[in-house]
Amino acid sequence: MTATGAPVLRLRGIGKRFGPVIANADISLELARGEVLALLGENGAGKSTLVSILFGHYRADSGSIEAFGQPLPPGDPAAALAAGIGMVHQHFTLADNLTVLENILIGTEPLWQPFSRRRAALARIHDTAARFGLAVDPAARVARLSVGEKQRVEILKALYRGARVLILDEPTAVLTPQESSALFATLKELVAEGLSIIFISHKLDEVLAVSDRVAVLRGGRLVAERAVAETSKAELATLMVGREVKLPQRALSVPGPLRLRLRGVRVDGHGAQPRLDGVDLEVHGGEIVAIAGVSGNGQAALAELLCGLCAASAGRVELDGRPLPADPAALLALGVGRIPEDRTGIGTIGDLPVWQNAILERWRSPRFSRWGLLRRGAARAFTQQLVAAGDVRLGSIEQPARGLSGGNLQKLVLGRALDGEPGLIIAQQPSWGLDIGAVAAVHERLLAARARGAALLLISEDLDEVFALADRIAVMSHGQLGPARPGAEWTLASLGLAMAGARHDAA
Amino acid sequence: MWIELLGWLGQPDYWVAVLRIATPLIFGTLGVLLCERAGVLNLGIEGIMVIGAFTGWLAVHAGAGLWTGVLIAALCGAAFGALHALLTVLLGLSQHVSGLGVTLLGISLSSYAYRLSFPQVSTPPTIVPFAPMDGLGIPVLAQQTPLTLLALLAVPLLAYLLQRTPLGLALRMVGESPASAEGQGLSVLGLRCGAVIAGSALMGVAGSFLTLSAFNAFYFNMVNGRGWICVALVVFAGWRPGKALLGALLFAFCDTLQLRLQQGGHAAVPYQVYLMLPYLLSILALVVMARRAQYPQALMQPYRRGER
Repeated sequence: MTATGAPVLRLRGIGKRFGPVIANADISLELARGEVLALLGENGAGKSTLVSILFGHYRADSGSIEAFGQPLPPGDPAAALAAGIGMVHQHFTLADNLTVLENILIGTEPLWQPFSRRRAALARIHDTAARFGLAVDPAARVARLSVGEKQRVEILKALYRGARVLILDEPTAVLTPQESSALFATLKELVAEGLSIIFISHKLDEVLAVSDRVAVLRGGRLVAERAVAETSKAELATLMVGREVKLPQRALSVPGPLRLRLRGVRVDGHGAQPRLDGVDLEVHGGEIVAIAGVSGNGQAALAELLCGLCAASAGRVELDGRPLPADPAALLALGVGRIPEDRTGIGTIGDLPVWQNAILERWRSPRFSRWGLLRRGAARAFTQQLVAAGDVRLGSIEQPARGLSGGNLQKLVLGRALDGEPGLIIAQQPSWGLDIGAVAAVHERLLAARARGAALLLISEDLDEVFALADRIAVMSHGQLGPARPGAEWTLASLGLAMAGARHDAA
Repeated sequence: MWIELLGWLGQPDYWVAVLRIATPLIFGTLGVLLCERAGVLNLGIEGIMVIGAFTGWLAVHAGAGLWTGVLIAALCGAAFGALHALLTVLLGLSQHVSGLGVTLLGISLSSYAYRLSFPQVSTPPTIVPFAPMDGLGIPVLAQQTPLTLLALLAVPLLAYLLQRTPLGLALRMVGESPASAEGQGLSVLGLRCGAVIAGSALMGVAGSFLTLSAFNAFYFNMVNGRGWICVALVVFAGWRPGKALLGALLFAFCDTLQLRLQQGGHAAVPYQVYLMLPYLLSILALVVMARRAQYPQALMQPYRRGER
C-alpha cells in the first residue's frame, strides 16, 4: 500500500464557523492515491464538519478543495459525487422498505426516463460486489439485512457511482469485531485497486490497524500528521486530547453479598419470538457484570425489565431476595440507579430546565415537594451540588437540558442516578457517543460506585468499555444470555463469536 | 335469501353497478396512494372530491365539453393540492390539520359558489353526462362510461410508474427516507409537492365522475364520505395500486349488495343496518390487512433541509 503520484484530494486552508464556534480553522490536507488516511479526534474536534465540507453538505467560509487536480465547487453534493467522492455515513442513509437494488439505483438515472435499466444495473452490482468481496443480495429488502450488510450496501452504492475516494464516518461503531475485520479486508481490496480512503474514528486501535497515515484534529485545528509506522497509541491519545489521559484503573474488589438474581426470566414480545428467554443472572455487590452483544438481541428488554418498565412473563427477578417490582417509582424507592441508553429521549426532558431534570426521579420525595408544591429552592440547591460534584459544564441550571452537550448531559444523568448511593446500578451504554475525556469521567464514577459496594450491571455494545470495566462478562444473543465468566477468560475473538450467535460453550 | 343473492351475482347488472360504484374510489385511492407514497397524508381528499364534482359539473353546465369538465375538475383539485403542499411540504405544518382544513374549505367553498350561481332553484339543474361505451363489445365494461375505463387503465400505469421508473423510485424514496434522497441530489420538497398536486388532481377527477357520469347534477353531500373510504383503502391495499383496485372493487361489491338488500325489502332488519354493511366490512378488512402493512416510513414527517 504505497502512496504514489499526485494527490487525489487537496484541501487548502479550510475554515468554517457556526456562530461563535470555530468548527474548522485553516485545515490543509492531502490524500494520495491508494492511501488510507485516518481522521482522528474527539467529538466536536471538527472531523464531521470537515468531511461534510468535502462532500458538499456544508460550504466552507474559507479555503478551497481540489479533487484529481480540478477545483471542487463548494456546497454541492452532486458535484462531489460526480468528482468521484463517495461517503458512507455513520447513520445509514438507506430506505428500509426498499430493496438493495433500489437503494443503489436511486439518483443514478435521469428522473424523467420512462423506464429503468435494472438488468444492466444488476450485472454491474454483481461485478463490483464480486471484485471487492461485498456479497449482498440485490433483491433483498434492506430491513432484513444485518448492520454489516447495510454498510456493505452503502459502500457498494458509493462504488456504483464510480467513487475513487471513499469517506467512512466512524464505520466500526455499529459492527461486531468479526464484521469490522471483514470491513478492513474490504478496505484493503479497495486500496489495492487504487482507491483512496478517509477513515474517521476515535478508536486508536483500529486507526493503527487500517490506516497508512493519521491526521489528528483538536478544537477544529489540524494538530498533527503522523505516518502510522512512526507513532504509537499513547502519542495519538495525547495529541487527540491535548493532555495526557489517565485511564481509570480497576482496583481489585471482593464481591459482596448477592444483590440481583434472575432465574429463568422470560419477556414476551409482540411477535412469536420472546424478547428474553430463560435468562439466568446473578450480580453481587462490589462487582460489575457486563452484558455484551450486538444491539437488538434483547438488551433493551433486559434494561426495561430491570428499570421497571416491563414485567417478566415467566421466571423470577429478585433484588436482595425479594421480587423486583415492575414499577419505576417502587424501584427507585428500593435504591436502584438507572442510566438509560437514550439520554436525550428517555433520560432527560430536553425542554425542561436542568434543575427540573435533576430532580426527575425524586420530585415526589418530601425533600423536593410539600403540600403538592415543588420546593424550588431545595431543588436548585441540590442541582447546584450535583453540577459541582459531577463537573457538569453549563451556562445556568435554568437553561433547557437540550442545550447541554452529550458528555455534560450524561454527567448530569450519572449524578442523578448515583445520588443516594444506590445498591444496584443499571448502566446501559453509559459512554455511548462520548469523547475520551468524558468516557474516563463516566468510568471513574462507575468504578467508584463499585468500590463502595454497589452491584453494577453494565449493558454495552462497546467492547473496549466492557473489557475496561467488567469483572464478569456475559454475552446476549437472540434473547438468550450466556454464562457470566470472568473478564480474563474472554478474548476479543471469543466474545465476537458469542455475539455473532455461536453456542456459548463453543466459544 | 342466499338463493336470491346467487341470483343477483349471476346478473350482469349487479357487476355493472359494482364497477360504477368503484370508479370514483379507484381514482381517489390512487390519488391518496400517490401522496402517501411520497410521505404526505392528504385528508383534503373529501373536500377536493367535492370541488372536483362541483367545478367539473359547473363547467359542463356552462357549455364546456365533458372532457373539458374533467380537465377543469383535475386542475381545481390540483390547485387545492398545491395549497395542501404549500402548508405541509413547504411550511412543514401538521398534515392532519392542513388536510382537514382543505376538506372543510373545499366543501364550504363549493356550497357557497353553488348558492351564488344558482340562488333560486328548487330542483338541481342537470347536464347530459357521459354515455356508456356501447361500441366496446365487452360485457359489463360496455355499459360503463369512458371515465371508468380511464380509472382501470390508471391502475397499472401508476403501478408501473412507482415500481419501474426512476421517477417512481425517487417518489418512494422521498416517502421512505427523504434524507437519503436529498443525499443523491434529488429535491425532496419538489418531489413531494409534485406528488401531492398530481394526487389531488386524481381526487378531483374522482369527484367529477359523480356529477359527469354517475349522476347528472350536483348535490350537497354527494361525496358522502367516499374520500375517507379512499384513505382507508390505501392502508388496506398496503400502498399498492393493484391491491387498491381490489379494495375498491370489494367495497363497491358490498355497497351494491347493500343496495340490493334494501330494495329486496327484507323488513326484518332496518335498512340502516344494510347501509352500515360496507363500512363494517371495510373496517374488518382493514384490521386484517393493515396489521401486516409496511407504512412508508417517512409518512407524515415534514422534511426540512439540513436537519437530521
